Order: sequence, then structure tokens, then C-alpha cells
Amino acid sequence: MAVLLEARGISKRFGGLTALDSVDFTLEEGRIASIIGPNGAGKTTFFNVFTGIYVPEEGTVTFRGTPVLGKRPDQITALGICRTFQNIRLFSNMTAVENVLVGMHARIPLGLWDVLGRGPRWVREEGSLWVRAGELLSLIGLRPKANELARNLPYGDQRRLEIGRALASRPALLLLDEPTAGMTQGEARSLMDLLRRLVRELSLTVLLIEHNMRVVMEVSDRVTVLDYGQKIAEGQAAEVQRNPRVIEAYLGRNRYAAGSAGG
Amino acid sequence: MVKRLLDAPVSAFIVSVGLILVTAYAVSHFPRSIVAFMLFQASILVLYFARMPGWVKGTLAAATLGVLMPLLGSINGYYLEIAIQVGIFVALALGLNIVVGLAGLLDLGYVAFFAVGAYTWAVFGSPQANLFLPGEHFPLAQGWFFLFLLVGVGMAAGAGILLGLPVLRLHGDYLAIVTLGFGEVIRVLANNLDKPINFTNGPKGITPISRPPIFFDPLLRAIGITSDPNVIYPLYLYFIVLAIVGVTVLVNRRLEDSHIGRAWEAIREDQTAAQAMGVPLVRSKLLAFACGASFAGTVGVLFSAKQVFINPESFTFMESIGVLAMVILGGMGSIPGAILGATVVTVLNLQVLKGLSLWLNELRNAGTTIFGWSLVNLPTQLEPAKYERMVFGLILVLMMIFRPQGILPARRRHRELTGGTGEPH
Repeated sequence: MAVLLEARGISKRFGGLTALDSVDFTLEEGRIASIIGPNGAGKTTFFNVFTGIYVPEEGTVTFRGTPVLGKRPDQITALGICRTFQNIRLFSNMTAVENVLVGMHARIPLGLWDVLGRGPRWVREEGSLWVRAGELLSLIGLRPKANELARNLPYGDQRRLEIGRALASRPALLLLDEPTAGMTQGEARSLMDLLRRLVRELSLTVLLIEHNMRVVMEVSDRVTVLDYGQKIAEGQAAEVQRNPRVIEAYLGRNRYAAGSAGG
Repeated sequence: MVKRLLDAPVSAFIVSVGLILVTAYAVSHFPRSIVAFMLFQASILVLYFARMPGWVKGTLAAATLGVLMPLLGSINGYYLEIAIQVGIFVALALGLNIVVGLAGLLDLGYVAFFAVGAYTWAVFGSPQANLFLPGEHFPLAQGWFFLFLLVGVGMAAGAGILLGLPVLRLHGDYLAIVTLGFGEVIRVLANNLDKPINFTNGPKGITPISRPPIFFDPLLRAIGITSDPNVIYPLYLYFIVLAIVGVTVLVNRRLEDSHIGRAWEAIREDQTAAQAMGVPLVRSKLLAFACGASFAGTVGVLFSAKQVFINPESFTFMESIGVLAMVILGGMGSIPGAILGATVVTVLNLQVLKGLSLWLNELRNAGTTIFGWSLVNLPTQLEPAKYERMVFGLILVLMMIFRPQGILPARRRHRELTGGTGEPH
């Protein structure tokens, strides 16, 4: 399979703290991959490097062969990488459908004069935006709540809406930062079913940061483990789970704890 | 009860048309009654709340503002003056509404753009420009006024971008302070650009500034009206203001209901998330500054033509605060709110407080006694017109406590979604 995203020797420091220490990472198309690791391991920093929020001190990132570093977040979104946030960051005073519409911004071929003139081109384009927004909302199961303000939606729906908003930019790579945080086991499962469907139907590649081990083990083709900014293990879910360094990172050095990581 | 009447189209039509006609009749019979005129204004608000098809509302509003209002203005010219001022402030409030209400960029120096527009026409529409340009080409012919309405847009939009560029990284309090500074810089520039080269004539101000040409004069004469400029100009300016406000509302609505407006709102809500969703922050913010400023620029041109004389005193920090207060009072991000806020504040300043002052004076002079206490003893300092800012501040404080979202808060549009049921493409 073709390589979609490739990071080489990424290092990011905040003052004296090394959040990422020359990390390599490769992601192939059509996969669901996960990044796990204890709190503060550098997972979200990794995401922020991919999406242009941080620029690392060292290293390169290429997406479909195009260098990503130095580009602004909105340019990276236009390239085809879109994300959700660990702590939900919806546009809370806008409706669900408006949130999705904002997500389409990078793909809208209209300018100021189209908007002011409202010619047939504007009418056609704007109309098709709304149609697609409706379809996306159906896909994530929020169609009946299209006109609700984002902040009035239940927690699980907000998480789904964030994914819908990210999908609106037609990404090739979707980065999800702890999508099941705070969800019940049932909600998490239905979200994972949705993800599998997306990968299949939209030919999407998904990269997850996740703490819920059951989700990680169930859904990911590949798992990368970060600890103190370093990659300590990578591979299929089951083998990573047995890796002694991973167990140590999660549970500490005590021998008697070496049963299973997470679970 | 009233609400139910306004909810059914037929009764709503009867009620609102009735109210407008009755109040207009009252104004024509009591041309000096402030109450009558305010009731007339209120009846236009009732029209807004009435549930009727859009085109009926539009026609009624156009008839009221385009026919009734000028008629009443010919009875009492001061009402026309008020209407023009209201119009100017409505356009200003609508412009600021884009920057503050939609994009969430707190701008405390908005009047600077108004000043830029005003000085643009003042300098070239008066002999002023002869002082620094060779030849005796100025003042420009009156006809240029209409072109300068557009030049004002361009100049103010340019100033907006000029302000926008350095402050792009700032938001919240920091942005507010910088914009405040910008507003002062423009005013101080206007005050001091009289030497070494005299651009603005400094604190003395510029006069006489050309007024728009009465190009329809032959037409008036043809139908047997001899034009007295003192009568024609207020009416004429009123219609120009009305047209500008109309265009402003239209542009505002189109921007708001488009991907540009949604991007602005997204920036207001969470700019990191907005950028991560593909909204280019720099471009969008500059566009917001430029669009907001352009309205101020065009009414600035009109303002200087209307006043014939301008000086830096017209563009103080308090004016910026006043326009901001209109936006907040009406409801941030709401077009009807900005219109209502501007109207309420202007009418309050020009009519209500002044009216109260006059009334108190009359009572004092007539030696009226209330409960055995003669009003002659009333201290002369007690004059509501002087308490403008206090009353105003009080209203804002009360609003923030009891209705922080404004009088007519922005309503989310509810839209029926059409099209497919699930399969993405």
C-alpha cells in the first residue's frame, strides 16, 4: 500500500522539556492506526506537528510526498489532513449544520464577489454545500439535530459532530484525538463502527490517539507507543500489548504488574 | 394578545399598517410632539415583528421610509435631520457589527474609518486640496461626490487592512487596546496634518465642503417646483442615506449568510479550531476589517457633505464607544439589532433627553408647583441633555445585567435540509 504520511526524526522542545525526541512514523493508506502512551507522552504534540499548529525543531513530514512543515493549519487542511481535538472545540454558538459547513471552507470555490453578487454560480455552489452538509449529518446520525446549537448537543453527539466537521473538508487522513474520551462502552463501540465504515466507504485513513485500550485493540491495524517523547514500540495491537517496555511505561517497573497493559 | 395579532398574516397586516398610518397622522397633527414621532418609529418596529411574507414587509417598509417619512419631514424638518443621523449611525453600527459581532474582533477605534471617509471628501470636495496640489482644480465638481462614495469605501477599506495587518496576532483585550490607539492616531493626525504641508487644516477643520449636486433640478422645474436648497437638501440627503443603508443591509445579509460570514463566526467562536478546519485566519480577519471599515468610509463621505464643515472633534473616542454601544445594545452579530440599537441611541440623544430638558425648562419657567413645591427652585444643573452619557451608561449597565444578549439577539437560521439521506460522495 502507498505511504500516505511519513515523519522523519521529529523533535519538538518546549523550553527544557523535550516533548518529541526524533520520532519516525509512517502511515499507509487505508489503515486505522493508533498512537497510545501515558499522559504527557507527546501524543497530542505529534498531532499538532502534523496539522501545522507546532513547527518542530528538527525533522520532516511529508504527506503524499508533499512537505507539510512550515505550512499553515488551513493550508494543511486543504492538502487533505483534518483533525478533531482532545477537548471538544466545536463552534458552540453555531448550529450543527453550520459547524459542518465551516468544515467545508477549504473546498469552497467562491470569492467575495460571488457572495456579494449572488449570481447563479453562488446559488448552485451554496446549494450543493447544504446538500452535502445534510448527507454528512446523516452519516454521523445527527441529521435530526441539524439546527441545534452545537453547545446544546449531548456530549456523545458533540464528539460525532466534531468528526463530521472534520470530514466536511474531504480529508484523505483523519486525525482523531481521543475520540471516545468520556463515552460509555456502547457509545465508543458505535463510534468505532462508524470509523470502520468511513475507512471503507470514503477511502479514508485514520490515525487515533486513544486511551481506551479495548477500542485500540479492536480497531487498529497498527499501534505506535510513545513515552516521554520517544517511540518505544510499534506493531500490531497484540504484539505491542505484550511488549515489556510498553507494560513498564503504563504500569511502572514492578514485576508483579506485568499481566496486561490496560484492559 | 398583541403577539397573537401579529402572528396571523392578515391581522398582522391590518395592525401594522393601521399603527403606521395612525402614528403618522398623529405626527402630522402634532408636528412638535416628540411622543408622536417616537410612536411612529415604534410602529416601524412593530412591522418588523409582524409575521408576513417578506415582500409585503419589504413593500410596507419601503413605503413608510420612502414616502411617509419624507412627508412628515416636510412638516417638521427636524425629523428629517434625525432620520438622516439615524441612517448614518445605522450604517456605522452595521459596519462595526461585522467586525465585532460576526468576527469577534473588538474594535474600539472604529470611528477612525468614518474619519478617513469624511476627510477623503472634505479635502477634495473643498478648496483644501489646492494647498498641497498644484493648480486650482479644487473643489471638485459636485458630481464627483457620487464617485467619492466609492473612493471612501476604498480608502477606509485600505485603512482597515492597514490596521488589520499589525494586529492579526492579537485578540481580545490586546486587540481592543491597539484599535483604541489606532482611532486616536487618526484623530491626532487629522489634528496635526496642517504643517508642514496643510492636508487637513488641523483643529480649525475644513469648510465649505461641496454637497451632492441636485442633478434632478431641471426635472423639478419641469413639473413646476422651484427648488429651495434648504428644503431640497435634507430630503435629498435623506434619500441618499436611505440608499446607503439599503445597500449596507443587503451586503451585510449576503455576507452573513455565506461561507465568509460563517468563517467569521467560526473565528469568533474558536480561531484555532477555525484555522484547523481550513479557514485562512489572516485573509478572513483582514476581510472583516476591510468590509466593516468600508461602510464607515462611505457614510463618512456623506457625513462631510451633509455637515459642510468637519474638524477632528467629530471623530473622538466617545464616538467609537457610542457605535459599539449601539451594536451591543441591539445584539451582537444581529442585523436588526444593530439597526435598532443605532436608532434607539440616536433618538435617545437627539430627541428624548433634549425633549426632557426643554420640558423641564418650560415647567421651571412657568413656575409650576408639584405637591406645593415650586419647580422654580429646581436647580438649573438638572438638565437631562447634559446627562446623555450617564443615562446611556445606566442603560448599558442595566442591559448587561438583565439582557446581555441585546434587544434583538442574533437568531440562528433554521433550514430544512434537502437532498440525499446518507451516502457521501
